[in-house]
Amino acid sequence: MGRDDILDWLEAEAIHILRETVAGTERPVMLFSGGKDSAVMLHLARKAFHPAPPPFPLLHVDTMWKFEALYAFRDAAAAAAGLPLIVHRNPEAQAAGINPFSHGGAVHTDLWKTQGLKQALDAGRFDAAFGGARRDEEKSRAKERIVSVRTAAHGWDPRDQRPELWSLYNTRLSQGQTLRVFPLSNWTELDVWRYVLREGVAVPDLYLAADRPVIERDGVLLLAEDARLRLLPGETPVVRRVRYRTLGCWPLTSAVDSRADTLQDVVAEIAAATASERHGRAIDHDPAASMERKKREGYF
Amino acid sequence: MVPVPMSPVPMSPVRVIACGSVDDGKSTLIGRLLHDAGAVSVDHLAALGPDPDLSLLVDGLAAEREQGVTIDVAWRAFDLGERRFILADAPGHEQYTRNMATAASTADAAVVLIDARKGVLTQSRRHTRILALMGVRRLLLTVNKMDLAGWSQEVFEAVAADYRAFAADLGLDDVTPIPISALTGAGVTRRIPAMAWHDGPTLSQWLAQTPAPSPTDGPFRLPVQIVLRDGEARAFAGRVAGGAIRPGDPLRVLPSGAEAAVASIDGPDAATARAGQSVSLTLDRPIEVSRGDWLVSPDAPPAVADQFEAHLVWMSDQPLLPGRTYDLKIGTATVPARVMEIRHRVDPDSGEALAARTLALNEIGLVTLSLDAAVPFEPYAASRELGGFILIDRMTSATAGAGMIRFALRRATSIRPQPLSVSRADRAARKGQTPLVLWFTGLSGAGKSTIADWVEQRLLERGFHSALLDGDNVRGGLNRDLGFTDADRVENIRRVAEVARLMTDAGLIVLVAFISPFRAEREMARALMEPGEFLEVHIDVPLTVAEARDVKGLYARARAGQLANFTGVDSPYEPPQAPDLRIDTTACSPDQAADLVMELVLRTQRPG
Repeated sequence: MGRDDILDWLEAEAIHILRETVAGTERPVMLFSGGKDSAVMLHLARKAFHPAPPPFPLLHVDTMWKFEALYAFRDAAAAAAGLPLIVHRNPEAQAAGINPFSHGGAVHTDLWKTQGLKQALDAGRFDAAFGGARRDEEKSRAKERIVSVRTAAHGWDPRDQRPELWSLYNTRLSQGQTLRVFPLSNWTELDVWRYVLREGVAVPDLYLAADRPVIERDGVLLLAEDARLRLLPGETPVVRRVRYRTLGCWPLTSAVDSRADTLQDVVAEIAAATASERHGRAIDHDPAASMERKKREGYF
Repeated sequence: MVPVPMSPVPMSPVRVIACGSVDDGKSTLIGRLLHDAGAVSVDHLAALGPDPDLSLLVDGLAAEREQGVTIDVAWRAFDLGERRFILADAPGHEQYTRNMATAASTADAAVVLIDARKGVLTQSRRHTRILALMGVRRLLLTVNKMDLAGWSQEVFEAVAADYRAFAADLGLDDVTPIPISALTGAGVTRRIPAMAWHDGPTLSQWLAQTPAPSPTDGPFRLPVQIVLRDGEARAFAGRVAGGAIRPGDPLRVLPSGAEAAVASIDGPDAATARAGQSVSLTLDRPIEVSRGDWLVSPDAPPAVADQFEAHLVWMSDQPLLPGRTYDLKIGTATVPARVMEIRHRVDPDSGEALAARTLALNEIGLVTLSLDAAVPFEPYAASRELGGFILIDRMTSATAGAGMIRFALRRATSIRPQPLSVSRADRAARKGQTPLVLWFTGLSGAGKSTIADWVEQRLLERGFHSALLDGDNVRGGLNRDLGFTDADRVENIRRVAEVARLMTDAGLIVLVAFISPFRAEREMARALMEPGEFLEVHIDVPLTVAEARDVKGLYARARAGQLANFTGVDSPYEPPQAPDLRIDTTACSPDQAADLVMELVLRTQRPG
């Protein structure tokens, strides 16, 4: 009997988590942004409940500032899986015209993503939400349980987490509590790419290097495709061969110079990378402990 | 782009727990290990400044960085060569024992840190005892801060000998001691001349030599997670916990005992399903299988039982109360269960067995449990996945305890209910009434006994057969061995509920007038009775009113500190959330109250 490699093991664990959550909760939902992690998570969900489709809808908490190509990919992936897709945009943020250029990344993220997520979960009366977060992304994520309880106000209390022993997940909820469930907790960025390659999981082309118009602003390479980008004096878009390691809101996400235009090349590039994945995400460079603080307030 | 040879995919993980006492340098060691294994990105390192404190790489919570201690378990993945390691960084404080037990539950090996200058401390013993309890057998003893101990072989040897002797007492004989300095990295991934006297492995060499958990050999075990339906077809999905199976192989369903053969396998390999894989199986004939059942090899089925002896680590602020009903989750089954007896508490420092009536947060005990339904299981020593369970608090939904099954109690199989010729329906019919429990709950002095007494007079007048169980009276007889601690209150209610049930079997209308302060026990009493035969009556007065009445002078004594654990004063009362009847005795007389109760009773009785 051959030994499993890490991808076999991670796949089996994730499917076990997905099934355990569906069996133990009433109204689960899967957060789906169209990024590589959510694409892998959806792929695992389709395996977990095969031949039937996964018994839950997809939810995208939209900010109106995602990459255009991501929206198209998101819709196509949901249709291919045969799953309903709920798109939620925080009406208050929309009314106030919140955007990263005028209001800054912190306000933008709080209103569109944190508050938007809470609204969408309450509106759908969802008691469990699957998310593609991984423990290797950030220090406070390394401390979070796979099945993580949130209060009625969607807050995370890192000092009062349920002990999680063996593979026994406690999905029981008291009044108002909900769950965030992370089937990819033990995956690394490189595991995700190796799995995408092995399984032929479809991912947006933005992850592959191509000639794209960009401007360099405060050390960040911004994509110059969206009409809402206002060029500052002296800024002229230049075409560079770039790709994305992570896909947030485009004004908050830096492209990276890369020649990796195939999945094999991406795997090789990540294997040799010395900078962290979220290095290009402006949102994480807020004051110390920003991720932990955001999570306490209800961010994924 | 020049083609780059693909780096090999690492093998399935070896899971390691790191544990040490406060200030032993555990976070520094893990930071050092991650750094030297190349698992730390340049931007994260740069964020720590020019002379980085590597411990800051791992303490992820703001409070941890403020207090300089580890509060909760962190999981870190890194690769050494072609192997994946998942390292659980467990807190050292004794108040975080539950987190250490959590981290140890999945660990294949442990790295135990000891400060060379301090030697084996109480906390080191406690950690090692938990490792032994949780089934971690392979240990690396890292004697740290050797730089501050003059790189002395003598100091190292003394600590190592001391620890080995202690570990051997716990049955842990796979112990490798090594000298290190987490701060400088000596002994972690590299050797230094000052410790040339040490010929054992470095930390990273020892990790690389740790054998991966072998795919569980032995007979096939699949706890069913979920039934997948595709039209008429049903598939039984779960993660294989032991053995392997192929299409055509016979299977038995437990606990039912039904048998069938595997028709097809959906998973990584359609030709076989083996330990560790998440699969779904279809069977060759339609038999009843649901979540919580096990599909097993019929040649070597596991035992099925409803009473166990087990070690229990308590993880809740609310102490364990024997007799209280918790949800027990084992494999994929969840069953109501009670701790019958705490045989003893284990002193984590000395290992001594101590008498105990409850277990508080972070305490460890040897207990017996009784489940509402029989479940298949393996002893924990044979399988952690199939012999480990959690207890869930039914009110808060918190994970309150974690247990390791030692063995089934023989009582479970030797007691068989005796079939009786006269049924409870026969007895009730002869009396011309429907059996019923009227459960009066409320503060001392609320008026429970008075109202129950009035109601019983009314019942007698109308020709009903009844019995009245009053708190004070029962405490003078059946329950005279019980006091007023939370544990005794739970047992007090358990006994009176069982007596009330026997009386309903005899066809009686039973009035129970007990403070019964805890919601969980009243729910337990309700669950004991037949549906519709339990009515909860809340005799509701404000505490100030009950205290002003103070018929028995008990509040005065409690306030004077002469009476401990008095409900409403220094012991809580949990009011019913949805009683069948609520009576406010500040607004009605006992006579009116009795009328209200009688109305409720008569609705349950057949006319005539």
